[in-house]
Amino acid sequence: MKVLLSWLREFAPGIDGDPAALSDVLSALGLAVEEMTVTGSVPDGVVLGRVLELRPHPDADLIQLVEVDDGSGSTLQVCCGAFNMAVGDLVPLARVGTVMPSGLEIARRKIRGQASEGMCCSEIELEMGDDTDGIMILNNSVATGAGPGTPLAEALALAPDVLWDLEVGANRPDALSVMGVARDLAAALGVGFEPPDWSTPASGPDISDAVDVEIVDPTLCGRFVGRVLRNTPSGPSPAWMANRLIALGMRPINSIVDISNYVMLELGQPSHTFDLARVRGSRIRVRRARDAETVTTLDGVDRSLVAGDGVIAGGDDAVIGIAGVMGGASTEIGDGTTDVLVEMAWWDPPSISRTAKRLNLSSEAATRFRRGADWGYNVERCMNRFVKLAAELGAEVTPGMIDERGNLPDRRPLRVRTSRVNGLLGTSLSAAAMAGHLRSIGFGADVSGPAGLDVTIPTWRWDTETETDVAEEVARLHGYENIARTVPTANEAGGLSPYQQDRRLVRDVLVGAGCLESQPMPFVAPGALAAVGLPEDGITLSNPVDDSESVLRTSLLPGQLRAVAYNQRHFNGDVRLFEIGHVYLPAPEGQLLPDEREFLAVALSGEEAPAAVAVLDLLAEALALPAVELREASPPGLLTTRSAEVVVAGRARGVVGEVDPGVLEVSGVAGRVAWLQLDLQEVLNGPRARRRYRPVSKYPPSEVDLAFVVPEGVAAVQVERALRAAAGSLLVRIELFDVYRGAGVTDGARSLAYRLRFQAPDRTLTDADVADVRQRCIDETSRRTKATLRS
Amino acid sequence: MMEGYEKAAADAEERLASAADIHAVADIERDLLGRRSQFTEAKRRLGDLDPGDRAAAGRRLNAARERVEASVAAARARLTASGRADRYEAERLDLTERLPRVVPLRRGHLHPVTQARDRLEDVFVGMGYTVAEGPEVESAWYNFEALNIPEWHPARGEFDTIFVNLGQPEEVMLRSHTSPVQIRVMENREPPIYIVAPGRTFRTDTADATHLPAFNQIEGLAVDRNITLGDLAGTIDEFVRALFGREVKARLRPSYFPFTEPSAEFDISRPDGSWLELGGCGMVHPNVLRNCGIDPEEWQGFAFGFGIDRLAVMRHDIDDIREFVNNDVRFLSQF
Repeated sequence: MKVLLSWLREFAPGIDGDPAALSDVLSALGLAVEEMTVTGSVPDGVVLGRVLELRPHPDADLIQLVEVDDGSGSTLQVCCGAFNMAVGDLVPLARVGTVMPSGLEIARRKIRGQASEGMCCSEIELEMGDDTDGIMILNNSVATGAGPGTPLAEALALAPDVLWDLEVGANRPDALSVMGVARDLAAALGVGFEPPDWSTPASGPDISDAVDVEIVDPTLCGRFVGRVLRNTPSGPSPAWMANRLIALGMRPINSIVDISNYVMLELGQPSHTFDLARVRGSRIRVRRARDAETVTTLDGVDRSLVAGDGVIAGGDDAVIGIAGVMGGASTEIGDGTTDVLVEMAWWDPPSISRTAKRLNLSSEAATRFRRGADWGYNVERCMNRFVKLAAELGAEVTPGMIDERGNLPDRRPLRVRTSRVNGLLGTSLSAAAMAGHLRSIGFGADVSGPAGLDVTIPTWRWDTETETDVAEEVARLHGYENIARTVPTANEAGGLSPYQQDRRLVRDVLVGAGCLESQPMPFVAPGALAAVGLPEDGITLSNPVDDSESVLRTSLLPGQLRAVAYNQRHFNGDVRLFEIGHVYLPAPEGQLLPDEREFLAVALSGEEAPAAVAVLDLLAEALALPAVELREASPPGLLTTRSAEVVVAGRARGVVGEVDPGVLEVSGVAGRVAWLQLDLQEVLNGPRARRRYRPVSKYPPSEVDLAFVVPEGVAAVQVERALRAAAGSLLVRIELFDVYRGAGVTDGARSLAYRLRFQAPDRTLTDADVADVRQRCIDETSRRTKATLRS
Repeated sequence: MMEGYEKAAADAEERLASAADIHAVADIERDLLGRRSQFTEAKRRLGDLDPGDRAAAGRRLNAARERVEASVAAARARLTASGRADRYEAERLDLTERLPRVVPLRRGHLHPVTQARDRLEDVFVGMGYTVAEGPEVESAWYNFEALNIPEWHPARGEFDTIFVNLGQPEEVMLRSHTSPVQIRVMENREPPIYIVAPGRTFRTDTADATHLPAFNQIEGLAVDRNITLGDLAGTIDEFVRALFGREVKARLRPSYFPFTEPSAEFDISRPDGSWLELGGCGMVHPNVLRNCGIDPEEWQGFAFGFGIDRLAVMRHDIDDIREFVNNDVRFLSQF
């Protein structure tokens, strides 16, 4: 909502002071200032000039010579780059010595040999508008009596003013008007607030019987007020009105439309005008629409209605307007209009809101009705204002006012407990102090003792109805900055949950392993899941920002491959990335929301599958995961011969391996990518091994190296298990230190060389001890697997 | 009459079925749908048709095109997944052969947003808060209704919500703020409650230097017997000091949110004396407490929320937040 200081002062002349200080007061009232502009100031030295003669410049095509009468008695020659003037025109003339808004000082100079003694100005040069095209032509805009030499500010009746653009919350329908802002500001400044009296004499027959208004649905329309004007003016509205509309961001159209907008901006009450002659039977029926009824609205669009929309129908019951949203074309006032019916109504906000949203029509009027317009005495005040403005422009005012009622909001006096208000705010205000604050903005407040007050909420505050609403008003007027700041005494221990602590541990382990945390957005393009071999069953967005980001991911793979590809494209070489983020799996039967899980992914470009397994091992150790196994599987998107399912304590929790080269190709990734993805939620919430103390031995260890020839197809882990089983508690460490395929080893097999470390907690192992356990290892491994000792 | 592209479409299945690898699929795709395909040609010719016939012909063309696209996607899926296993048999690895590896001596980096989030969590944990989390896909109940934003409310439109195709229209959405977590916590726990809820939120903002459709917020909620607006102001003071240092001041300005009353925006002071808007806050609206089965006569609370990404931006002077999601290692390794 934009407001002008001069306009505010029509309601509260005491509003005054430094504009920046007033901005702070507005913000402290909850009317946040988005922008403040000082308008209407014209530099000293800019006067009205009259063009006496136009001559081409002898030496320049883009400049002409203008002979100007500046009111001094002699004439000046000005060089000018614009050609839109005619002899006799009145133009703004900046005299020599004028400092322009840009900071430029006008000097006497010569342009290509011709003297220039001043400057004719365009709108933009004076910062009076955006027009850069030519010199301002003021023939029709100047005040009576102004002529060459009159200061421009005086000639245009300009006065310095302040324009504020305010952010108004949905709970403040009243503040979508100059009057509402003035009321708040006056209260905060402690100055008087008094709306003018706009009652206007009327003549002719009373119209209240001539027009018949029926509120068919009282839940839709709480009040319908109407008056009739005759011989309404049809030309443009006067400059002062047009200027104010422009300043507040509306375009002047014609006098009746402008009056309607002016009253809406000034007082917050939208109105609608009907050409009374075109209203069938001079009869208005306010009702809900039936399905598939249609109306052509003022913007020329045919609108189809649904049951429940609020409409205004004529005597033949045909729809002539959408209540509170937009009027109809069939009763629009035009050149032939003589009698105008002015409607001001109170509409049920949810009804208007639903219709405006469905039709995607957010008119200024609907914006106000959705938030709740005033239904009280102000409606008459607004009608008087409309009528008075119309009368000033020549309309005839007829006596009588239609005033039909439906269901209006019930606002009986509200009992407000001072203890409750103080308890909510942390203040210790008296009932009288609260009442004072409330009365200053038009609330009724009767102090009924120290414990409470009876509050009457004004009709311009539809959203205000409870004790808490009233407490907010008290806080606003008391000033948030005047509330003592305290800190609650929480007797709670703060902390991260075990899950959150473990998640940080996971991140720290991965950072330690040289990985960078990435955070791609969780959307993928249609087909992106299928492209990486996953089912194309991602949940789709109804209104994606970008069509190529319209599906919710079910895996972290597409996003990570995109990040890898991005880095390769930017010559960053191979990258080690990880991500912890949500995936959204299809909703289980009978559930509305998707099966949303937190996953962990690690992508190592330029690495083969074992690198991802090594990362898994690091995590398993850090988190003390029990019994992590790799199970043969064909995970989608991965290279089947180099991938496995990760099984933790008997349950599948993720995949590890290498991304399928075909997938890499469609993803624009070169080389290999080692990949690990875990259902982090399940892993971290699942079982953990207990870290039990094992005494460290004081006795020396013995190491034994054993190499086995193991057929391909027998997993190394089987050999390792056999060795562990055979070695028993003497084994303190086992390490695979060499894998060899080639000469000396049979085809279809490889040599696996292990280093075993034996140690006893209570003695030094003898040679015999070691020989014994070594033999057991060999025998047991040969027996349990198809491995043979490599000789 | 069968159009040329329809003949091509009819053969598509068969041709794709015989494709031996992903290159072959790509070749067939180019042939069927590319710039010189029957489809492209047919689309060009649409413009020559009578306006009356154009819509029907366009629909027919699109339907055929969608069928072909689906077949191509299916063929690609077949060839990128299990179907190619034999070609890689020679490369088979036993992943349980765990040879010792030397990890490169280069530390990784946490994402700057994660670092900001951790810092916030730590500050609030120090003040006695626990950290709560919730889903990113939410129902209208949690994202709006329980928060005192009924379906017709004018504030709904201001959230620029991204909806998903689940349930009734506008029934399920990507959460447009972290406030749904408040509701989930209050529904499931008895007061006193002191939580913060960091997480990802979504709006229909086109990505530019200062906007992303997916960004991060943190929400705070305290519900106890005698929580006041003064407590809210004091709490904001305290965490602003902890985050930005002693010299930075905070102020509250009245504002409006449907789920708090009184409501406020909070600003922090800048060295030049101006104020920077940081977030929104207020006393939990009695309707919100009631919606969660908490008696507002017995319990009161405050809530606040602000952007996490913004803090990371301020801390490191980042001038384009799209870097947060590009995942360029030259960016990520700076923090």
